[in-house]
Amino acid sequence: MTESSTVNHLVHHAAQSTPEPVARRVRGLSDRAIAWLFIAPTILLLLAINIFPLIWTIQLSFTNYRANRPNAAVSNVGLDHYASILSDPDVWHSMQVTAHFVLWTIVIQTALGFALAYLIDRKFRGHGFWTTVILLPMMLSPAVVGNFWKFLYQPQIGLFNYIVGFLSGTDPSSFQMIGDIRLAPCSIIIVDSWMWTPYVMLICLAGLRSIPDYIYEAAEVDRASAFRQFWSITLPMAMPFIMLAVLFRGIENFKMFDMVNLLTSGGPGSTTEVASITLKREAFEKWRTGYSSAFAIILFVTVFGLANIYVKALNRVKSR
Amino acid sequence: MSSLDEPRPVPPAARPFRLFRRGPWENLATLVIACGVVMLMQPFSIALYGWSFITTLAGTVMFIVVSKFPE
Repeated sequence: MTESSTVNHLVHHAAQSTPEPVARRVRGLSDRAIAWLFIAPTILLLLAINIFPLIWTIQLSFTNYRANRPNAAVSNVGLDHYASILSDPDVWHSMQVTAHFVLWTIVIQTALGFALAYLIDRKFRGHGFWTTVILLPMMLSPAVVGNFWKFLYQPQIGLFNYIVGFLSGTDPSSFQMIGDIRLAPCSIIIVDSWMWTPYVMLICLAGLRSIPDYIYEAAEVDRASAFRQFWSITLPMAMPFIMLAVLFRGIENFKMFDMVNLLTSGGPGSTTEVASITLKREAFEKWRTGYSSAFAIILFVTVFGLANIYVKALNRVKSR
Repeated sequence: MSSLDEPRPVPPAARPFRLFRRGPWENLATLVIACGVVMLMQPFSIALYGWSFITTLAGTVMFIVVSKFPE
């Protein structure tokens, strides 16, 4: 028996095994209806997993519901939660901590990421190997990264303290990265930058590789200096990609939770209490579900607004 | 007698459609969102912080609406 006849045989069997009423029903549908039939499970799943919780959260944000008292009477409080969040100095402080964290991580990651991309783009010997090595931290889970950096930051046995002590000549156990009010924010910024600088490097590398060689050749003919080429060609042409990286990291760091929770849990005091940690405390320690729902909606609208800008920047890069 | 090769004069776009172009409105919405985010995270005035959510929400809704405008 040839291969095609085997296939025909299988198809015939499959057609016969389809129940006749179902086959007739499907045969009678239009192409559009069949397309809807195929995407319906995905739409239903999206509605169940994304849209329904969002609508429920919006509804809860107008009530005094507490998840630890599911049988208690729930009353409508209108916009009270929103008003109290937007006038609460503690929440405002957590927003400032978030801003501090977002600002410094973006500055460090963009500067380092672009510098690394510029070096890798030189295509020196073994650049493929070094690219892989640089990309390794990005491939790890934030939970794993948080845990092993916690070990690295140990004052007695931590490698980070030992290296800093060795280079600066101080005693490694004389300072605590996670336990010190001044150093705790820096410790999170260092870990996040270590993990996500490779991502910024990748985006910047894509930008640098998209610049056509003939522009540099024309600049060489015009006797433009290396600095002039960098300032007038490389930087402006890679700028949309840099902006894309900045926006993406900004959005991601705005809702950063896992690494901060693992490293410091918002402490010491509230020095590293970013917005998502405050949200967790309100929702699962104080059990103020309605209040935390309103807070979640405020964060969601902010991230959604930033995501709109991100998509616009992405379209601009795509149209280049 | 006009030649066939002569380009036809393009009629000016109707005023309302010329006003509702996507580009400038999208830029304005982006600016409003950015202002809202800055107001939310700035350390100077709690009054600005209080108005940040409504500003971001207005910018986001505006962005969704104006992204349906013609190019």
